[in-house]
Amino acid sequence: MAETTAGVRDLGNIHDDYMALTRQKRLYSFILLVIFIALMVAGFSVAGGRNAGSFWGGLDNFFDYPAELVIEASGKLSELPSHFVTFFPALVETVNIAGAATLLGALAAIFLSLLSTRGMARFPTLIPVFRRIMDISRAIPEIVVALVLIFILGGGPVPAMIAIAIHTAGALGKLFSEVNENADLKPLDGLASVGATWGQKMTLGIIPQVAPNWLSYALLRFEINVRASAILGFVGAGGLGYELKNAISWGQGRYDEAAAIFLLLFITIVIIDQTSSHYRDCLTHGSKSERR
Amino acid sequence: MLKIERLTKAFGQNIAVDTASVEINRPQMIGIIGRSGAGKSTLLRMLNRLTDHTSGTIHFEGQDITALKGSAKRAWQSQCAMIFQQFNLVPRMDVVSNVLHGTLNRRSTVATLFNLYPTEDIHRAIDILDRLGIAEHAPKRAEALSGGQQQRVAIARALMQDPRIILADEPIASLDPMNAQVVMQALRRIHEEDGRMVIANLHTLDTARRYCDRVIGMRAGKIVFDATPDKLTTDMAREIYGAGAEFSESATSTEIETLDASGKAKMEAEAYV
Repeated sequence: MAETTAGVRDLGNIHDDYMALTRQKRLYSFILLVIFIALMVAGFSVAGGRNAGSFWGGLDNFFDYPAELVIEASGKLSELPSHFVTFFPALVETVNIAGAATLLGALAAIFLSLLSTRGMARFPTLIPVFRRIMDISRAIPEIVVALVLIFILGGGPVPAMIAIAIHTAGALGKLFSEVNENADLKPLDGLASVGATWGQKMTLGIIPQVAPNWLSYALLRFEINVRASAILGFVGAGGLGYELKNAISWGQGRYDEAAAIFLLLFITIVIIDQTSSHYRDCLTHGSKSERR
Repeated sequence: MLKIERLTKAFGQNIAVDTASVEINRPQMIGIIGRSGAGKSTLLRMLNRLTDHTSGTIHFEGQDITALKGSAKRAWQSQCAMIFQQFNLVPRMDVVSNVLHGTLNRRSTVATLFNLYPTEDIHRAIDILDRLGIAEHAPKRAEALSGGQQQRVAIARALMQDPRIILADEPIASLDPMNAQVVMQALRRIHEEDGRMVIANLHTLDTARRYCDRVIGMRAGKIVFDATPDKLTTDMAREIYGAGAEFSESATSTEIETLDASGKAKMEAEAYV
C-alpha cells in the first residue's frame, strides 16, 4: 500500500516537473520570437530611413531595367546568334580562368585541410596557423586581390585566376576539413603500424574515404568560380565580364549584346550543374554499391 | 475489419509481395514470420501507406485504403500506428515530445513548431509512459535511453495516436532477450487490455507461438501459411523458411529458457561424444 501511494506521488511529481519544464521552454521560445520580430522591424525601419530613396516607392521601378533590356533585346532577336559567336571566345576565357583557379585552389585546399584537421595534421601544434591562413584567404574579397594584382601585373586573366584561386583555397579548405573530420581514423592507425610516412598515410588512408565528397564540393566551387571570374572582368581581368561591362552600361543601345552574354552565362552554369550532378551521382552510387 | 486482396508490390523486376490475400475479422494479435527478404516489411509498409502498392486492394471497415491521398492518407496513418526495428525516434528530442508526435495528425504545423501541445495531451503522454514503466525517463533525450526503453517510447508514441491497428516491424530484432520479452509483453497487454489489432513481423518462431493468436508465414512474397500457432509444425516452419532437416527452432530462439534448454541438450550431446 505504502509502495503504491509512493508510486502515485512519484508520478504526480513527474507530471508537475515536466509541465514546469514545458512552461519554461515555451517562455524561452516566446521571448526569442519577440526579440526576433523586434529586431526585424527595428532593422528594417533603420535601413529604410538610411536609404536614399524609399524602399516601397522604389519597388515599382524594380522591373523597369530588366523590362527595358528584354524589350530592346527582343527587338534585335535575329542578331543573337552572331553575338553568341562573337562572345564565345570570351566565354572560353572566363571558364578557363575559373577552371585553372579551381584546380590550383583545390590542390592548396587539400594540403591546408589535411594540415588543419585534428588527428591527421602533420604538425598538430601548427593547426591554428593553417586555420588562420584559410580564414585570411577567405576573408579578403576576390575583387580586392584582383585589383591589387592587376595593378602589379597589369590587366589580363592571370591576376584574376590567382585571386580566385586564393579565395578557393580558403573556402574549399574549410569544407574539405569538415569532410575530413567525419573520416574514420582507424585506417591511419593501421597504416602507421606498418611504418608508413605521413604522405602515405594521407594518400592511402584518408583520400579514398573523402574523395567523393571533396570532388562534389570542388565541382560546386567551379560553378561559383565561373560567376566570380565573370565579375572580375568588370575590373579589367578580361573574359565575359569585360564584354558585359561594356554592353550593360545604360543608354548605349547594346542591350542585345548584354542579353546574349547573360544567356551564354546561364547556359554555361546549367551545363556545369547538369554534368557535375551527374558525376556526383555516379560517385555516391558507386560508393554505395561498394558498401553493400 | 481488415481485408487485403491480391496485394502486390514490385520493385522493377523484383516482386516483394506477390498477390497476398488476408482477411481479419476481429482485433487479433497476428505474427508474420518468414526469412529476411520474404516481403514482411513491405507488406506492413503498404498497410501504413509508407510504401505505395503496385496492384491489389486493402479495405479497412469498407474504406479502400490503397486509394487514399493527401490528408485522407495521413488520417489513415494516424489510425494505423507503426513501430520500427530501429525505433525511429527523434534522438535529440525529449521522451515526452517524441510521444506527443503521436498527435501530430490532429495539430497544426505552427502549433507543433512552437511546442504548443495541449496540457491534457502532455499528461496523457506521461500516463502512457507510466503504463509502459518508463515515466521516470520523461524529460530525458530519447538518445540517452537504452534500446529496450527507446522501443517502449516508440510504443508509447503509437498508443498516443489512439490507433485502431498497431503495426510492428521486427520490434524486438535489435533488442536483447530480456528487453525483447518486456516489449512483446507490452504489445500483448495493449492487445488484451485495449482490444487493438496488433500485427507484428517477427524473426523468431517461438515469439510468434508465445504471443500471437494467429501466425502468417511468408516465403518469397507469397503467403504460404495462415493459421493458429498450434498448426505451426516443425515441417511447416521448414517449408516457410525453405530450410532443410538441419533447421532447429531453438537455434533461432531469443527466449532465455529455450536457450538454456538447447544449451543443456548440446552439452549432453557433447557428453555422449
